[in-house]
Amino acid sequence: MKHDGRFGEYGGYYVPEVLIPALEELEEAFYRFYKDKAFEAELGQLFRHYAGRPSPLYHTRRFSEHVGFQVYLKREDLLHGGAHKINNSLGQGLLAKYMGKTKLIAETGAGQHGLATAMVGALLGMETKIFMGITDIERQSVNVHKMRLCGAEVVPVEGGTGTLKDAINDALRYWTANVTDTFYLFGSAAGPHPYPTIVKHFQSCIGREARRQCLEQTGRLPDLVVACVGGGSNAIGMFTGFLDDKDVRLVGVEAGGKGLKTGKHAASLSAGRVGILHGAKAYLLQDENGQVLDTESISAGLDYAAVGPEHCYLKDTGRAEYVAAVDDDVLDTFELLTKLEGILPALESTHALAYIVNQKGKLPPETIAVVNLSGRGDKDVGIVEKARSK
Amino acid sequence: MKSYQQAFAELKKQKRTALIPFFVIGDPDFDASLALVKTAVDAGADVLELGIPFSDPIADGPTIQKADIRAMRSGMNPARALEFVRKVKKDKDIPIGLLMYYNLIQQYGVEKFFKDFHEAGVNSVLVADLSIDDADEVTEPAQAAGLDTVFMVTPNTEPARMKRIAAKTTGFIYTVSLLGVTGSRAALSNAVDGLIRKLKGLTAVPVCVGFGVSTPEHAKTIAEAGADGVIIGSRLVGMIESHLNDPRAASKEVAEFLGQVKSALAPRRPNR
Repeated sequence: MKHDGRFGEYGGYYVPEVLIPALEELEEAFYRFYKDKAFEAELGQLFRHYAGRPSPLYHTRRFSEHVGFQVYLKREDLLHGGAHKINNSLGQGLLAKYMGKTKLIAETGAGQHGLATAMVGALLGMETKIFMGITDIERQSVNVHKMRLCGAEVVPVEGGTGTLKDAINDALRYWTANVTDTFYLFGSAAGPHPYPTIVKHFQSCIGREARRQCLEQTGRLPDLVVACVGGGSNAIGMFTGFLDDKDVRLVGVEAGGKGLKTGKHAASLSAGRVGILHGAKAYLLQDENGQVLDTESISAGLDYAAVGPEHCYLKDTGRAEYVAAVDDDVLDTFELLTKLEGILPALESTHALAYIVNQKGKLPPETIAVVNLSGRGDKDVGIVEKARSK
Repeated sequence: MKSYQQAFAELKKQKRTALIPFFVIGDPDFDASLALVKTAVDAGADVLELGIPFSDPIADGPTIQKADIRAMRSGMNPARALEFVRKVKKDKDIPIGLLMYYNLIQQYGVEKFFKDFHEAGVNSVLVADLSIDDADEVTEPAQAAGLDTVFMVTPNTEPARMKRIAAKTTGFIYTVSLLGVTGSRAALSNAVDGLIRKLKGLTAVPVCVGFGVSTPEHAKTIAEAGADGVIIGSRLVGMIESHLNDPRAASKEVAEFLGQVKSALAPRRPNR
């Protein structure tokens, strides 16, 4: 490898020897193509005309009034496929094509990354397999159907709790046996180097646009930038745009599940210890021996025991703060935003909004908060209904 | 304590290829697992490869994943694994290699882990999710504790990298026969022969072959290609899985199978 893929002590590439050649090939290809003129032009075209970038930055009317300060939503929910995931899937899918690969595999939790990859597989004419835990298949069945309609094969993963972690395990195992012709299109800013760097690069359009749009609309930078964090791809894409703006507070919101004290959550940064999972050193939810714990969250997309290495570094250095939002508050906020703005937020993104609601009355009215609305909530309507009928 | 060097020197003298069975420690529980390991030793194992169960074994196929779950459910953890190794060694002085995942060592404390397990009688610790690029994180503390180092080579490892791996290895090179995870296979990968030859041309450290080795015939082919040892895991673990309610039947099957492999392996024909 040319780079060690470290963010402070975090990251690296802790993988079986058999995967090293594939990661080296990927690293080499990424650094060869990511600034290549033809590659950039083709990706830029697809971003504009296929995905719908730039996404709007919307100054909420009634929601801002409700919380007592100015809340701007970065509308990644309006992108093709309904989430920010398309940015990374287009970027990596195109990279796979430039590398001459013919097959794509991906893991998925909520199904958003799986769907984005299935769409890109269709677009680029590549054979696509999506690994998805059986629990997630059940709770996100609409996305499963959509993936299949795009021509992708959805591979059910039974191991563990049948969630994102288990899907990544099986995707890695499959890749191990098929490294020659298969590109692993990893969806989160986690996993072994070079994935955290690649995913950040393809998601960095979020923060870059949001910064520019905020300046255009308000004449200044935001005071606060908030995003939800599971593995952390939408958050790192957003934060990256503001890292050098020292006065902009960056807040990542993890899945607090039933509450941090209950142990039923997925808040690795808030309640984990440093460990190694899926090729990276990062904060990890684990028992005293180092066995990875089961996680719980109402949002499948945040249901992950580890977190991207750069977030660990941003936490330790104090550049970003990380908090958790519990399921009950998330449900309330989901209904609140929908009622006040007519916008259905994905349950993942709703975690970031729940933090905003929690700040009601605590911040001066001129405060500008930019929240990454990373996905739309159509896929979650059934889950919310079920949770409310209990 | 018998070293790998001693064990492989003896085998060389006898023109034999090492029989190296793999078990997950504590599968299906502590006592049954200990009995199975003893059965394997009695059946002629020359070296033991033992795994400490991990929740997310990304280098393992379904058979060993399930064994990990069984062992974890029965309460196996690194501290109990230490006790297990002591009991195995009390019975017979056989070299033992651990094959496991890095997070368990990290959480135990790297230096303490190597020291404790060396004292219990372990000869080496192979970390499945640690490549040669980060080997320095473990080689120094391992050697300081008196352990040999074992690393993996796979069919897609570049020759220059093979040399680096061989240079860091003091025990044996764990040669992965195929591109993929652990698990029984009907046919042996056709990469094996070339891989063994390549390694033999690069290094004098023993070369042992594992992953997908499932039958006495596979073992024989590997031995004839010049390997110093044959590692068999999933096939044995599968026998445990199919006799979960009848430990004696599992033990009998393991003994019979290893007996067949043993005869397939000995005597080895002269070195090429």
